[in-house]
Amino acid sequence: MSATTISDEKVAAPESVSSAVHRNLSSPWASFAVIVITILWTIPTLGLFVTSLRPSDKANQNGWWNAFIDHTFTASNYSEVLTGGAVIPQGIANFFINSLVITIPAVLIPLAIATMAAYALAWIPFRGATFLFVTCFALQVVPLQMALLPLLQLFNKGWKVNGVSIIPPIGGHGTYYQLWIAHAMFALPLAIFLIHNFMSQIPKDLMEAAVMDGAGHFRIFRTIVLPLAVPAIASFAIFQFLWVWNDLLVALTFAGGNDQVAPMTVYLSNIKGTYGSALHLVTAGAFVSILMPLIVFFALQRFFVRGLLAGSVKG
Amino acid sequence: MSPFLTETLSKFQQMGTALAAFFGVLLIVFYLGSKTSGRIQTPTARLVMLGPAVVLLTAGLVVPAVLTTISSFKDANNKKFVGLANFNWVFTNPDNLVTLRNTVLWVIITPLVSTGLGLLLAVLIDRMKHESIPKSLIFMPMAISFVGASIIWGLVYEYSEPGGEQVGLLSQLAALFHVADPPNWILIPFWNNFLLMVIFIWIQVGFAMVVLSAAIKAIPVDVVEAAMLDGATGGRLFRSVTVPMIRGTLVVVLTTIMIGVLKVFDIVRTMTNGNFGTQVLANEMYAQSFVQFDAGRGSALAVVLFLGVIPVVIYNIIQLRRDHAR
Repeated sequence: MSATTISDEKVAAPESVSSAVHRNLSSPWASFAVIVITILWTIPTLGLFVTSLRPSDKANQNGWWNAFIDHTFTASNYSEVLTGGAVIPQGIANFFINSLVITIPAVLIPLAIATMAAYALAWIPFRGATFLFVTCFALQVVPLQMALLPLLQLFNKGWKVNGVSIIPPIGGHGTYYQLWIAHAMFALPLAIFLIHNFMSQIPKDLMEAAVMDGAGHFRIFRTIVLPLAVPAIASFAIFQFLWVWNDLLVALTFAGGNDQVAPMTVYLSNIKGTYGSALHLVTAGAFVSILMPLIVFFALQRFFVRGLLAGSVKG
Repeated sequence: MSPFLTETLSKFQQMGTALAAFFGVLLIVFYLGSKTSGRIQTPTARLVMLGPAVVLLTAGLVVPAVLTTISSFKDANNKKFVGLANFNWVFTNPDNLVTLRNTVLWVIITPLVSTGLGLLLAVLIDRMKHESIPKSLIFMPMAISFVGASIIWGLVYEYSEPGGEQVGLLSQLAALFHVADPPNWILIPFWNNFLLMVIFIWIQVGFAMVVLSAAIKAIPVDVVEAAMLDGATGGRLFRSVTVPMIRGTLVVVLTTIMIGVLKVFDIVRTMTNGNFGTQVLANEMYAQSFVQFDAGRGSALAVVLFLGVIPVVIYNIIQLRRDHAR
C-alpha cells in the first residue's frame, strides 16, 4: 500500500520541512471556505434532529429553525415512534431489534469465511490460486441486481436434481437465514480482496520460521496470521456493519413483506411514503436509525478511513 | 413479560443459536484439522478454508448472474425464450427512455460533481490548521443510509400550501428571495432529478475528499518545495503539481462513484418511487422484478446495469496499468 496518511496524522517527512510547506500553503480564505461548506453540509442533519424534537403542531406548521425562537422542545415524538401511536400504529422498536439481529451475524459470518479464504489464497500455494483470487476480485463488479431473483428462487424452493434435494429451501416466516446468507454472499468479494491484500504483506520469513517449527496451516492461521490481520479485519467489519445496517435493496428483496424480520430501512422507506406528512415522527424514526452508525462512525473513523483507502487507492 | 420483550428475546435466541452453530462447527473443524498429520493437513486446510467462500460465491453470485442472463431472454414467467424482446422493450418503451436518460444524467453528473467538490475540499483542508473537525463533519453523511439521507433532504425540499409559513428549508430560502408561493420542488419535471442527485452528492463528497486528501498528503514534500522554489503558487501549483500527482487516485474515485451511482436505488425509491419522471434503471429493475413480477424484463434491466459497469471497470484497469508502467 502506498504511504497514505489519514486525517491529522503527519506526513512522514522531516518535521521542519513539512510544516514549513504547510505554513506557506495555509490561508485564512481556505479555512473560511471550508467552514462555510462544513456548515452547509451539517445543516440538513441538524434540521432533522431539531424537527424530531418539536411538538407535532409546531413541526408541521413552520420550519425547524423557528424552534430556536419559540423554544418548544419535546421528546414525546421518540416515545411515540418507538412503540407506535395514534398516527403511525407500528413502532420502530421491533425494526431496530431486527436491524441489530440481521447485522451482527451478517458481519461476523462473512468476516470469518473471508479471513480463512484470504489466508488460503495468500499462504497455501496451489495451482489456480491466482485465478481464484482474480475471479473473486472481478465478482465485485457484478451488481447485486444480477443475483437477486435467482437467489430468492433458490432460497424459497431449494435446489433439486432429478427430485433429489441437494440444497433444501432456506428460511421461512420469522427467520433471518435468508438475509444473513445473502449479506454474507454479497460481502465476500470485497472482504476477501481487502483482507488478502493485507495478509499477503506479512513477511515471508515469519511464515517460514513457523513452518520450520513444525506448525501446520491451522496453527499458523490461528496464532500468527489472525492476530496480525486484526486492523484489516476491523476496517472491513466497520464497512460491512454500515453497509448491512443501511441496506435497503437486500432487505426489501428477502424480507420486504415480512415486518417480523425487516430492518429499520424498510420501515422508514414505508412510513416516508405513507405518513410523510407526519414530519415530527418520520424525522424521529430516521434519527433513531442513523444514531447507531453515527456512533460507530465517530468512534472508529480511523479504521474506516484505513479500509476505504486500502480498498480504493490500492493501485 | 410484554410481547415486545418475548419477541426480542426469541430473535436474539435465533441469532445466538445460529452464531453458536456456525462458530462451533468452525472450531471443531479447526481442532480436528490441526490433529491431522503434515501430509494431509495442507489439502485439508485448503479445503476447509476455501470451501465455504467458494460455495457461497458460486451459489450467491456466479450461478445467479448466469441464470439472470438466461432469464433476460425469456418471457415474464421465465418459461419461453423470446429472443431480444426484453432488451427491445428496455430501449424503445417511452417510459424507459426517460429512465435511461435519467440514469445517464446520474452517471455523468454525480461522479463529476462529487469528485470536483471533494478535490476542492481536500485542497482547501490541506491548507487548514485544525482539519479534523470539518473533515469528520463533511465525511459524516457516509455513515447515513440512503433512506435516512432521503428523509433528511425530504425535509429540505418539503412543500407548504400557499399562504402559510414555509416548512422546507429550500422554500424558506426562496421566500427570502421574494419568490411568492415556492413550488413543490420534487414535482418540477426534469429538474427534480437534480434535487435527488444532490442527496447522493451530499453523501459521496466526503468519500472523495478523504481519499483525495490522503493522496495529496502523500505527494513528496520535496516535489512541492521544488515547484514553489520555481515560483509556482496557488492555482499554478494545483494545476501542474497536485492534479498530475494524484491523477490515478482521481480516476479511482471517479469510477468508484460511477459504479455506485449506476446501482442507486434507495434514494429514488424513498423520495419519489420513480414517479414524476425520476425513474432510474436500478429502481425500474426492482419494480419489474418484485412488483410487476416480470422476470424477463427485470433480468434484462439487471443485465443492462451489468453491461453499463463493464466499460467503467475496463477504463479503470487501463488507467491503473498505465500508472504502474510509469
